[in-house]
Amino acid sequence: MNASLSANANFMLPFEWKASASAQLSPQENVLAWLEVDLDVQLQFAKGLLIVTEQRILSANTCASGFEWQSWTLQSGWVMDHFDYAGVGTLSLRSSSEQIAVWRFTLNHNVLAMRLQEAFAARLEVITHGRALQSSLTARCPQCKLPLEVEGDECPVCNREQHAPLSTWGLFRLWRFAHPYRWQLLAGFLLTLASTAATLVPPYLTMPLMDDVLIPFQNGQDIDHDLVALYLGGLFAAAALAWILGWAKTYILALVSERIGADLRTTAYEHLMRLSLEYFGGRRTGDLMNRIGAETDRINVFLSVHLLDFATDILMILMTAVILLSIDIRLAAATLLPLPFIIWLIHVVRDKLRTGFEKIDRVWSELTNVLSDTIPGIRVVKAFAQERREANRFRDANKHNMAVNDRINFVWSLFSPTVTLMTEIGLLVVWGFGIWLVSHHQITVGVLTAFLAYIGRFYTRLDSMSRIVSQTQKAAAGAKRIFEILDHVSSVPEATHPQKLPTPLEGRIDIQDVGFRYGNRAVIRGLNLAIQPGEMIGLVGQSGSGKSTLVNLICRFYDISEGAIKVDGIDIRNIAMSDFRSHIGLVLQEPYLFFGTIADNIAYGKPNASRQDIVAAARAAHAHEFILRLPQGYDSLVGERGQGLSGGERQRVSIARALLINPRILILDEATASVDTETEQEIQKALDNLVQGRTTIAIAHRLSTLHKADRLVVLEQGELVEEGDHDTLMAKQGAYWRLYEAQAKNAEADRVKLGEVSRKEDIV
Amino acid sequence: MSDAFSLSFNALGQLAVRLADGSLHEEAVVVRAFPIAEPDLSISILSAEGKELIWIDDLAAVSDVDRQVIERALQMREFMPEILRLDGVNSFSTPSTWRVQTNRGPTEFVLKGEEDIKRLSINTLIVADAHGVQFLIRDLPALDRHTRKLLDRFL
Repeated sequence: MNASLSANANFMLPFEWKASASAQLSPQENVLAWLEVDLDVQLQFAKGLLIVTEQRILSANTCASGFEWQSWTLQSGWVMDHFDYAGVGTLSLRSSSEQIAVWRFTLNHNVLAMRLQEAFAARLEVITHGRALQSSLTARCPQCKLPLEVEGDECPVCNREQHAPLSTWGLFRLWRFAHPYRWQLLAGFLLTLASTAATLVPPYLTMPLMDDVLIPFQNGQDIDHDLVALYLGGLFAAAALAWILGWAKTYILALVSERIGADLRTTAYEHLMRLSLEYFGGRRTGDLMNRIGAETDRINVFLSVHLLDFATDILMILMTAVILLSIDIRLAAATLLPLPFIIWLIHVVRDKLRTGFEKIDRVWSELTNVLSDTIPGIRVVKAFAQERREANRFRDANKHNMAVNDRINFVWSLFSPTVTLMTEIGLLVVWGFGIWLVSHHQITVGVLTAFLAYIGRFYTRLDSMSRIVSQTQKAAAGAKRIFEILDHVSSVPEATHPQKLPTPLEGRIDIQDVGFRYGNRAVIRGLNLAIQPGEMIGLVGQSGSGKSTLVNLICRFYDISEGAIKVDGIDIRNIAMSDFRSHIGLVLQEPYLFFGTIADNIAYGKPNASRQDIVAAARAAHAHEFILRLPQGYDSLVGERGQGLSGGERQRVSIARALLINPRILILDEATASVDTETEQEIQKALDNLVQGRTTIAIAHRLSTLHKADRLVVLEQGELVEEGDHDTLMAKQGAYWRLYEAQAKNAEADRVKLGEVSRKEDIV
Repeated sequence: MSDAFSLSFNALGQLAVRLADGSLHEEAVVVRAFPIAEPDLSISILSAEGKELIWIDDLAAVSDVDRQVIERALQMREFMPEILRLDGVNSFSTPSTWRVQTNRGPTEFVLKGEEDIKRLSINTLIVADAHGVQFLIRDLPALDRHTRKLLDRFL
């Protein structure tokens, strides 16, 4: 049985290792876990393999002569550590006194590495104590420890990161947005067909006009006035028809494309709003604004103007070709001769232009980024007198923009005249060949005139088509960037089968084994915390210790990398986002007010709140009185471009906002940090109202503001180091005690300085 | 040359620092303050708790023995492969897999989005892969034509 198991495990080994590894393993040896590492100890990229069997650890390096194997027999007391830094994971094997071996790998192997570490730990448990640890019954994802339904299932949280490459046919993907308007589009297409046909009638009529009227007249016959009237009437009717049809098709298609563009914009924005904070953290405002604003508009213009032109052109070319061929095949062949060449030219230039336009888009975003960087920071710019530097930065970005444009303009400007040249040469060929045919009595002068009239149109169309190339590429580049937003799956995905939160919610929060990695930095590590309903927790720690991150994780602004956060026993990843957040009240250090009235801002989380509710919330937040002092009371406009409020006032509005939704869970992130002591007392009173009966997590820099907390939790470098109430922690003389002492000393020093100042004033 | 401190590796493979006052700090880490701008100047040695123990203005001023220890510690800790050549990419739209030659050997990685390419200065770029490993492009114009042409599609 052992042998068959071993064979099975070997089978899972990567192909290039299999033969070599089998030679190393004895037939009775079971492979428990393996890991292919991609770095060596000196952190050079090099493949290696690490195997844990029941008795041994084997490790292989690649070297010049193939594989180099090492092995160690497992001994009790050995430990395998796993940690990672800057994108590199490390497994180190050590006994109680010394290091035995180290393996390094990039984080794409992290899951396997953790599995191997677990397998090792479990096996060592057997070796040391002679029996296995009580293994947990539920299957868990090896990476995030999310309970899985079936062992070995793909974890829904970890596997969503995999992504398929984008299709380059970006513009065709717009069909998703065009689909609702397909009937209007069909009507537009039919109208286009008809109007194009109508514009092709006049040149056809020049043929009989020439052959039946003008040439017989030149040969001495009288002009047939009825015939002339008939033909001229025909010409006019065709022109009028083309006018009406052209108007109708343009109008319908413009209408449709405007709607498609609007849908695209709203969809992109709606999608953007659903993306996680992580997405916004990694992107710049200017770039996003540009994508949603300018680029949807470009697609829109393309659809309404250029695509229509393009369709007309294609139709016109096809129809003209058919007509020409039906009149005279030889002359038609001569006329169509340059066509393949022009198509080839268009094809060649298209690729060049598309990459160029993508580049222009990126450079353009860079330009807007400079703006969105400096305009909100204008106070800093001015305070440090760096206007000139910022102007230079903008000028540089602009110069870059210009340089990129210049490069593409070269190709682009060469392209258009080349097409014109082709058309001129084409005309020349038709003239020459036509005259030759006429002189040999193969065709009439009328036929030649009609041909010349047709190909005049034909080549203008080709020319305008070539212009469209650039527009198409611009729109394709725009579409690509829009779809980049639309294709982005939120890293905080909605649960597929959300569980309902119980009503009323108790507000118990369980944080189990939570780890969180931001980029390649582990910010929170192995954190366990159980918060009882209605309990107030004070989160304490130096800045950078992970307090705000923890709060962000509890709010599910980010998803944890490992472990689970549960509210009333339900994993927050399995709760519908809006359901979950409606139970959370958040008061931030820098309250953000939207442009609108104060009443709107208070009612932000509950837009249908009654006026009484709003006033009640404002009263409880101690905001009522200052609001009444404003000239327009609750109807005063605040936010950007609105009435200026002080920091403390804004904070109280935001507290009222949190009070109004009556959340079970309350999060105060440095709510009083940015205001003066007097205002702080005012806000503290407001907060005391807010906290009552709710599960509260408060972060505060000033420890004195946490006197009401039932329990204090001290974080240090992402780990929970202490918890307990103030007195216990002080008695312990640990991390909390150090923080407290440091602050007390500062306060003391301040008092002394103030005292000196006032004494001096007394003397004066 | 003798330093006001002495460095060594203990049996557990950790960096141990003995300061002039005789105190011993194990599990210390060495970091460069300006890993890109001035890698060999401004080096700091931190204790396991993250407190600075030693500040070194210039690595050249340290005794040979200690410098070797520092260099070995840095080699084991810092990881920012420098891209020397871009062999190929599987797609010009992201996510895209890049095959590269680096100063730490050949490898391939996935670029999640164009925004993961960050410009430190006109000619210096940092490319972060899907797993957070950061690759450095120190001097863009110094790279070969093929690489610059491919990179150009992403910049």
